[in-house]
Amino acid sequence: MSIKVRYFASLKEKIGRSEDTLPYLKPMTIYEVWHHFNVGTTIPENTLAAVNMDYASLDSLIKDGDEVAFFPPVTGG
Amino acid sequence: MAIQIKTEIFDPFEEIQAYQKKKFADIKSIGASTIFIGTMRDFNEGAPIKSMTLDYYPGMTEKQLDKIILSAQQQWQLIDCLVIHRVGHILPNEPIVLVAVWSSHRGDAYDANRFIMEKLKSEAPFWKKELLDNNQARWVIKNTNGYTPD
Repeated sequence: MSIKVRYFASLKEKIGRSEDTLPYLKPMTIYEVWHHFNVGTTIPENTLAAVNMDYASLDSLIKDGDEVAFFPPVTGG
Repeated sequence: MAIQIKTEIFDPFEEIQAYQKKKFADIKSIGASTIFIGTMRDFNEGAPIKSMTLDYYPGMTEKQLDKIILSAQQQWQLIDCLVIHRVGHILPNEPIVLVAVWSSHRGDAYDANRFIMEKLKSEAPFWKKELLDNNQARWVIKNTNGYTPD
C-alpha cells in the first residue's frame, strides 16, 4: 500500500508538482512526509495540512492508505 | 441541505427559486430566509483585476462545507441551507458564492448565514488567483478571520 500526497494552489506551483506517492513502510508524521519529498525545503509558513480531507496538525501520524494534502491558507467566498 | 460546486456562471436568484420550489412545497413553517451572495469585484488590494481563477480540493471542499453546515444546524434552528460556490475562470460581476438559509425565525436565519459564510472563508479549501489589468497573475494570500459573534 502507499500514501498519496497532494499539493494545491500556490504551493503546487512553488514546488512544481501536484502529487507524490510514498510506499508505506512505517508510521510517520505529516511533517516527515513533507521532508521525505521536499528535502532541504522548509515547509512554507502558514501551510495547512489535511489527512483524508480533514485538517490535521503537522505532527499527526499517518497510516497506510492515507491521503495527505498540503496547501496555503484558503481564500474562497 | 445542498452543497454545489459550479464550474459555470450561475444565477443565484434562479437557484434559490428552483430550490424552494423543489424542496418547500409542503413546508409551511418558514418565517425567515437569509441570502448572502458574494460577487467578484474588479479591484483588490489597490489593483484593477481583469479576471480570477478559483481552484479547489475536490472532495475535501464538499466535506468541509458539509461540516460547516452541520455545525450551524447544531447551533441554530434551521429548516434548510443551500450553499453554491463557483470554481474555474470568473469575471467581474459574476457570483462567486451563494449562502441561503431558511428558518422559522430571523435571528437563527441571520446568525447561521453569517456563521456559514465566515467559516467557509476560513476553512473551505478554495484558492483565488487574480489576473491583473497588466496581465500579471497573483494568488490571493489575505485570509479573513473566522466569525466572532458579539
